[in-house]
Amino acid sequence: MSDRILVGTRKGLFDIRRGAGGWGILKVSFLGDPVSAVCRDPLSGAIYAALALGHFGVKLWMTADDGNTWLERPAPAFPPKSDGLEDPHPWTVHSVWTMETGGVQGRLWAGTISGGLLRSDDAGGSWNLVKTLWERPERREWFGGGADHPGIHSLCVDPRFPDRVALGVSCGGVWTTSDAGETWRLGGKGIYAEFVPPERRDDPRIQDVHRIVQCHAAPETLWCQHHNGVFKSDDRGINWREITAIKPSKLGFAVAVHPTDPRSAWFVPAVKDECRVPVDGKLVVARTRDGGESFDVISSGLPEGPAYDLIYRHALAVDESGRRLAMGSTTGGVWLSEDGGDNWMALHARLPPVACLRFATETA
Amino acid sequence: MPKVQFTGQLQRFMAVPTEEADGATVRAVLDNFLRDNARLRGYVLDDQGALRRHMTVFVSGRMLTDRAGLSDPVTPDDEVYVLQALSGG
Repeated sequence: MSDRILVGTRKGLFDIRRGAGGWGILKVSFLGDPVSAVCRDPLSGAIYAALALGHFGVKLWMTADDGNTWLERPAPAFPPKSDGLEDPHPWTVHSVWTMETGGVQGRLWAGTISGGLLRSDDAGGSWNLVKTLWERPERREWFGGGADHPGIHSLCVDPRFPDRVALGVSCGGVWTTSDAGETWRLGGKGIYAEFVPPERRDDPRIQDVHRIVQCHAAPETLWCQHHNGVFKSDDRGINWREITAIKPSKLGFAVAVHPTDPRSAWFVPAVKDECRVPVDGKLVVARTRDGGESFDVISSGLPEGPAYDLIYRHALAVDESGRRLAMGSTTGGVWLSEDGGDNWMALHARLPPVACLRFATETA
Repeated sequence: MPKVQFTGQLQRFMAVPTEEADGATVRAVLDNFLRDNARLRGYVLDDQGALRRHMTVFVSGRMLTDRAGLSDPVTPDDEVYVLQALSGG
């Protein structure tokens, strides 16, 4: 089980550890600066933190000694845009929305707003825009969901065949590659959107998938929290079916899947898209252990309310054992479970708004 | 030669001394100043070389008008200030 959680917030990166006295903050890095994404490379042990500085732009920092010293690395950036080239979206990285290690020495993926996917093959020493995806004509149909421009927020790297990647775009659907980005296939069949005119309802190019996660031991299984529902795929993101049993509501942002049991997943629902707070002002976790046939709504240890904590899409995580979970909220609460989500306990700290959170030894 | 001065807030990331840099436009002056400093360049200019959204430049008290092209003229007696625009929360 993992004793360490990295929490990226609006104002710093918090390193939370489980010690003899329970969970507590061991270290704070980048205090005052917005941390948009964090990941740890299990191959090298390096930790990467992406910042979105209000004035000075996107920055990438790396530590090889567990956060004692940080080194700035070149930030993911677009190549120069040709004069006169028309594009609905800017060729600039507004923020690194998600970052994943690629399962190959030195390989890193960065999903960004405004929709660019970038890859590094030298541990963040340099970055290249994945033009094969950026130049797809469908990419021009993408649009922002909650941000001014579209963004790639989910990168599922197959642990067995790391060249296989499935990614999620708000709003741009599900895309898969089997050759590390040489070619792309548009997935997302079966996902539908209630928020567009009926003739575009089933258009896979414009789906607002909020978050997609992959089961480590069964990488063909993906779970998706979408803008208007929960969906599951058992063929790496090509075909999906709706999970209608989700409760108390079908809107949410975060989802986590058990690392070895593809039938178990956790969600944190909110009321609906125009009212993004917990149902009845009560923060709960919805868990399925039967592939979405049924859900437990869990509140043990969570605030009884009024509580208006929203859990962002990168702020719910499960460790490699599937027993420990953590989540952080928009109002700075962090809760932990050590029994698969049956019971939760609050971290004794009020943090800045939590953007992202993950176990340092997380497998997915 | 124009004198170039950067916001003191950058000092928490890197040393940025006030120095002179040649050029007849803000673009030319900054290109000369930043030629060997890709890291500082990334703090001031975006992926396409435009001034970052929440940064601003004053040329002897005149605010930059061409934020993408940086074509505003600069004379040898000018002082170029690169500052953060106010924002917060």
